[in-house]
Amino acid sequence: MDRVVVVGAGPAGLAAAWAAASAGVPVLLVDSGSAVGGQYRRQSGVRAARVPAHPLIEWWPETSVWAMEPVAGGHRLRLQTGAADAPGRTMSTVDTRALVVATGAYDRVLPFPGWDLPGVYTAGAAQALAKGQGVAVGRRVLVGGTGPFLLPVAGSLLEVGSRVVGLVEANGVSGAVGWARDPLGALGKLGELAGYGAVLARGRVPVRFGAAVVAAHGDSRVEAVTVARLDAGWRVVAGSERVVEVDAVCLGFGFTAQLELAVSAGCRIQDGAVLVDSAQRTSVPGVFAAGEVTGIAGAGPASAEGTVAGCAAAARLGRKVAAPAAALRLVRDGRRFGRALAAAHPVRNGWRTWLSADTVVCRCEDVRMSDLCAALAQGALGMRAVKLVSRAGLGLCQGRVCGRNVGELAGTPFTQNRPIAVPVRLSDLAAVEDEEELS
Amino acid sequence: MSGRGRTVQVVVDGVAVEAVAGQSVAGLLIGMGRASWRSTRRDGRPRGVFCGIGVCFDCLVVVNGVPDVRACQRVLADGDVVRVQDGAEIAEV
Ligand SMILES: Cc1cc2nc3c(=O)[nH]c(=O)nc-3n(C[C@H](O)[C@H](O)[C@H](O)COP(=O)(O)OP(=O)(O)OC[C@H]3O[C@@H](n4cnc5c(N)ncnc54)[C@H](O)[C@@H]3O)c2cc1C
Ligand code: FES
Repeated sequence: MDRVVVVGAGPAGLAAAWAAASAGVPVLLVDSGSAVGGQYRRQSGVRAARVPAHPLIEWWPETSVWAMEPVAGGHRLRLQTGAADAPGRTMSTVDTRALVVATGAYDRVLPFPGWDLPGVYTAGAAQALAKGQGVAVGRRVLVGGTGPFLLPVAGSLLEVGSRVVGLVEANGVSGAVGWARDPLGALGKLGELAGYGAVLARGRVPVRFGAAVVAAHGDSRVEAVTVARLDAGWRVVAGSERVVEVDAVCLGFGFTAQLELAVSAGCRIQDGAVLVDSAQRTSVPGVFAAGEVTGIAGAGPASAEGTVAGCAAAARLGRKVAAPAAALRLVRDGRRFGRALAAAHPVRNGWRTWLSADTVVCRCEDVRMSDLCAALAQGALGMRAVKLVSRAGLGLCQGRVCGRNVGELAGTPFTQNRPIAVPVRLSDLAAVEDEEELS
Repeated sequence: MSGRGRTVQVVVDGVAVEAVAGQSVAGLLIGMGRASWRSTRRDGRPRGVFCGIGVCFDCLVVVNGVPDVRACQRVLADGDVVRVQDGAEIAEV
């Protein structure tokens, strides 16, 4: 009970572990990955991993938290350790009075005809494979979507030898540079972006604003995409379509916070993110949240939030901790940057017009737009009914990929309330039940 | 990927392949130029990596007879036998 447990070893979780340990509290840091660094400082086993060298930090790699529940005075986490999706992983439980949830976020991608062809990747996938595995997803690659994250993605693709045939930003040029209008919000980011600009210029990557990939073509994999000009509401400008030959396309329309654990802890969620106060406390006593689970602003602010959360978690366990003034300032600036970013790179609802009747909307269950329309025509009201009738969101990913999109298409919000955060094999679950019956 | 440390020997769809220690199944397959290695349950559509970080379940493979293993999350171990997954499969073991 008397140690801080940090879930997620990305920039936020690493900073939280370090801050709490520096305040003299033992820390257990767990991550489902085999190395630390999260999505940003991704260092797979291929590259060297750096576990924070602090005697009070214990690090459990390849450990997923798949459920949690309240117990007297704190929370009990259910963990599973071992190779990903292997049977017979070690099950364990850990109780804590101070939990830091730092589970990060994943790419949002919008559906369009052909988006389920192999060769269509999320921007983050391209980044993860390039940075973590040193492999390129394709030779001729197009990068598209909205937001400044597309720039480092194009940069990493160039680094692993891809030819980036274009970068298309769906929002107009005024929007895309809009957040630079908030001088404080953009502080420190302009230099970084100028750096990427130089990389793209060296790689001769043509950049287009107000355009998007609206269809992918190919038989068993992507061979070409249609790029079209968009109006301000993201409807295709008729006659502007152009076919570009590619063997991969990487798309990102912002990020979705990975909320499962926070939701099962009962934390209040607002605007798709965990609600926290200035000390990164969630609405549930003893549960702190840091990084992109609380909102999207990049690795710097995520790490600052981790520092604040780590200090607050140590304080909860009775340590006297000085307020981390510099981190608190960075968190404030980060929130401001995040708001400016969201305002400058919105997802406009004209994307819905890119779909045709047979466009897949739920990849896991092969649910098409026509299936969704049929469910709605049958009078399916609310997301539960839409899911049960159309099967959208009922597959293995549990709506992580399609949820927000299907919700917008169906006009009913998609709620996240899965009690299981990561998949567990039934035989392993049964083993846990047997043990609990014995004890 | 040569010159990057220790290697492991694995079998992919019946063919012996050398991988770098620490490489993921997806990293190996994409490095081999493959874009897909499974089919969907309903329509049998081909799929490979989509999200790259364990969220979407598009990249499923059969590893050592066990289906539904996310290729992007699974790190290769010496002697692993990897093959494509055809729709919903039941474990061989
Ligand atoms: C695929 C991808 C690639 C990205 N690449 C970059 C980049 O190159 N540059 C950049 O500036 N930004 C990048 N980003 C944006 C990135 O989200 C942030 O900049 C930063 O990594 C956020 O830090 P974080 O600590 O909040 O979360 P993350 O870095 O996402 O770390 C969260 C960690 O939590 C772990 N986790 C989640 N759930 C569980 C669970 N139930 N049990 C155990 N562990 C769990 C994950 O394995 C992960 O390591 C990327 C985002 C994605 C999705
Ligand atoms: S590619 Fe999404 S889970 Fe592996």
